[in-house]
This record gives sequence, C-alpha cells and structure tokens, in this order.
Amino acid sequence: MPVYDLRSAGLRDLNRQLHALRPDTNETHWTVQNPDGAHAIAAGLDAAVTVEIEGNVGYYCAGMNKLANVVIHGSAGTGVAENMMSGFVHVKGDVSQSAGATSHGGMLVVDGNAGARCGISMKGIDILVKGSIGHMSAFMAQAGTLTVLGDAGEALGDSLYEARLYVRGSVKSLGADCIEKPMRDEHRAQLAEKLKAAGLLGEVGIEEFRRYGSARTLYHFHVDNAGAY
Amino acid sequence: MCGIVGLFLKNPKLEPQLGALLADMLKTMTDRGPDSAGFAVYGSDGAGVKLTLRGPDAGALAKAVSGLEEVLGGSVSATARDTHSVIALASDQEETARAWLSANAPGIDVVSAGKRMEIYKETGLPENVARRFDLSTMTGTHGIGHTRMATESAVTTNGAHPFSTGLDECLVHNGSLSNHNDMRRRLQHEGITFATKNDTEVAAGYLSWRMREGASLKDALESSLTDLDGFFTFVVGTESGFAVVRDPIACKPAVMAETDDYVAFGSEYRALIGLPGIDKARVFEPEPARVYAWERH
Repeated sequence: MPVYDLRSAGLRDLNRQLHALRPDTNETHWTVQNPDGAHAIAAGLDAAVTVEIEGNVGYYCAGMNKLANVVIHGSAGTGVAENMMSGFVHVKGDVSQSAGATSHGGMLVVDGNAGARCGISMKGIDILVKGSIGHMSAFMAQAGTLTVLGDAGEALGDSLYEARLYVRGSVKSLGADCIEKPMRDEHRAQLAEKLKAAGLLGEVGIEEFRRYGSARTLYHFHVDNAGAY
Repeated sequence: MCGIVGLFLKNPKLEPQLGALLADMLKTMTDRGPDSAGFAVYGSDGAGVKLTLRGPDAGALAKAVSGLEEVLGGSVSATARDTHSVIALASDQEETARAWLSANAPGIDVVSAGKRMEIYKETGLPENVARRFDLSTMTGTHGIGHTRMATESAVTTNGAHPFSTGLDECLVHNGSLSNHNDMRRRLQHEGITFATKNDTEVAAGYLSWRMREGASLKDALESSLTDLDGFFTFVVGTESGFAVVRDPIACKPAVMAETDDYVAFGSEYRALIGLPGIDKARVFEPEPARVYAWERH
C-alpha cells in the first residue's frame, strides 16, 4: 500500500513507478498525497491497481488509462481520463473541460459538474456525470454513453455519430444533427446497466431520462448542404 | 498561452501579505508565460494621483523627475524600483506632468495612473520580474498579475500586461481579439487614447470608455461580451473592484477560489495552492459568458 507525497517526491518519479508495475504486482493500492493541481498525475497506467489521489489535480489526470481504478478526492482540470482505454476513473468533485475526450473504453464517473466539451469525440467510454455538463458536450461523439443526472449546456451532441446521450435534466440546445429519440427497452436496460456501474441503480428513476442521438443526416456529403460549408 | 493570477482580499489582516502571495502565484504561472510579466497592486491611498513611470534605467527616471520638479515648481516624491518609478502628484498637476513628459522625456512611458494603483511590467522570467520590483514586500487590498507568451505582437515591455487606460483601471487578458482594429478606431473617436497596437489595450480602453459613460464594472463587462470578438479570459481591477469574465466559448482556462478572507483567480489551480486556507476554499471554474464581480465597501 504505497503512500506517495507528490509535493516532496515529484511527479515523474510517481508515474515512473506506476508505469513499472507488473500485472502480478502486490502493490495494488496507491495513495497520492498533496497533488497540488499538478498535471498528468497517474497518466498512462496499464495495470489493474487502485490509485487514490487526495486533492485537486491539474490537466490530463488518468489520461490514456488502461485497467486502473483512479479515484480523485477533489476536482480535476482539463482532460481528465482523456483517451482512456479501460478501467474506472471516479472524480469526487468537479471536472473542467474535455473530460473523457476521445476515450475508447472504461468508465468515468463525476460526482460534481463537468465543464464544456465533456466527452468530445468519445469512442466507446461510458461517462456518468451526477451534476450538469457544459456546452458542446459529446461533440462528434462516436460511440459509448454519456449519462447526465443534471442539465446539459448549449449544442449538446453536435455532429455526433453513434454515441448515446441520456440526460435527466434540461438541455439548453441540441447541436447540429442531434435529436431526441424514443427510449426503448434496450435503452432502458443500457441506462440501468450504467447507473448500476456507477452505484446509482435504484436511486435514480430510469423514466426521468430522455435520450438523444444522431439523426444521421451528416454522415455523407449531400449536395443540398453544399451552401453550408 | 499566457497565465493570469489575481487576488482580492476581503480580510484586511492579509493586506501586508498581498505582494508575497501574488509573487508566488505569478512564479507558478511561468510555464504558461515565460516571456514577460507584469502586475498591478492596489496599495496605499495618497492625497492626489500616483503615476507609475517606466524608463530605460534609474538615471533616466531620476532625470525626468528633476525635470518635472522644475516645471511643477516644487519637489516631487518619487519611489524608484528598478526601471519604474512611482511619483506622487497633486491631481491638478497630472496634465502638466504628462504634457512635459511626452514633450521632453521621449524614453519615459507613463505605465499607469491611479489614486491607489501601481503597475510594473518587464520582459523576462516572472520570478525575476517580481524580484526586480520587490513585489513580495508590497502591500494592498488587491492585485492582478500576468505572465505572457507573446503570440500577436513582439516581446516588449509595452506589450506586457496589465494594460491601463483609465485612473486605477487595469486589465489582463489571456486570448486574442479579432475586432480590435475596428474597435480601437471607434474608441479613438470617443477620445480614448492608446499607447500600443496591442489587442488587449483595446479591451482595457473599451471598459474605460463604458465606465466613463456611467456603466458599472459589471455592466461594462456584460456589454464586452457582445462588442468584443475573439477569445478571452479577462481579469479586471478598479480602485475598489475586481472582476472576471470569460468569452462564451471559454477557450482559455480559469479557476477561482473563494473563502471568507479572499477571492483568488488562477489560469490553473496550481497557482492557488500557496494561499492560506486553500484546502477549505470553494474552488470553481467560472462559467462562460458570465461576469463575476466583487466590490470593496
């Protein structure tokens, strides 16, 4: 159970130690103290370990994560869990813009609010935000789910592909080619699964959510749209 | 890029530490702006007006001060700090002093004027700039600092922030404006004067104009969201106020912290970690297109 004081020991040494962990490591639970908003804490992990960070972090925390379970007991700056492949990232506070950007897999849970561009270009990650999300979220989102218990800002899901967006609160506006779609059984089941993964099953009513997705009119060039370019 | 820091004290007990706290914040933002740095400090309140002068060296500044003494017919109190000197004048002497300086002291710039505000800025690493002017010993109620990574104009002292276009008014900016040439022309018609071609100075001038026309700092910033085009995070100081606004797209980063003792701004949270009680502070990201303003009473 290594305890690492980032203020005295430095970021590169921490990340080097985390990167060196072998799949059969016995050091499966790490605590990082005094993160002081540093960037790239616990980025690039590739081992099934838990890293608990006791405070606020800067940019790209847990970026490129594979397998690891990263818990941030504070708020996170730009790009938390960006390009994650698998694993679980839990932020107890708020997150800044571009949370979970371009991520292929795994799950990101945010207890607070997310800033702008949450899930931008997401490619398979499941993101669940208990608060609200900012403008241009799920821009060009390709796959995965974005579940929001609060409200969504302007231009939700602009130019999105096949990602599914579940929003319980209000949506300020939908982006180009994003439309509301009916909730069918398969969507209710999927939403229940994501709520369960975030430990919220039974606490939030599935029927309170609305689903948004792609109208699929921007997939291919259409000559009638030429004037719009 | 560029880094911004700001500190507005609510608790007077912290006023002796203002400069020291601001110096640490500024140093942390070196990664975002290593070219040049500057800061405005709202310190002691004099009887008249304080002009912050900048010159090539201490000798040139001293010479300008003796020239001013001659034309004003009396001694002028001057506090020299490296390439800057703060002179205290009676309010009715400001115009004569400015006219004399522009006619007779070509190497001397008037960086700012204010009852309480002093502005210092230079090229070089923020830590060195802060040390040259002894920022850590300065006291006051609020201060704003900037570390610059130049993108739109040259690395010169006059391109460094903060910019001031009105008494006790200053502005720092992260971002760039796209309609500054047109806006500069419009403001010049309104009698606002500019010392540089810099886009940020136009934003400062815009706010000075709006406030001259009777708008509050908050109202002036509200209308800047419509009238200024580009991307920006602004932090603005006035004699008694402190305000923050981000453009509607929120391109540029911003983190704020508030406690009973202070309001603090940083481009990144890292800049705030040395503040007293930061662990318990309410830390938040200011929303796009929303004006946050505080006023001393």
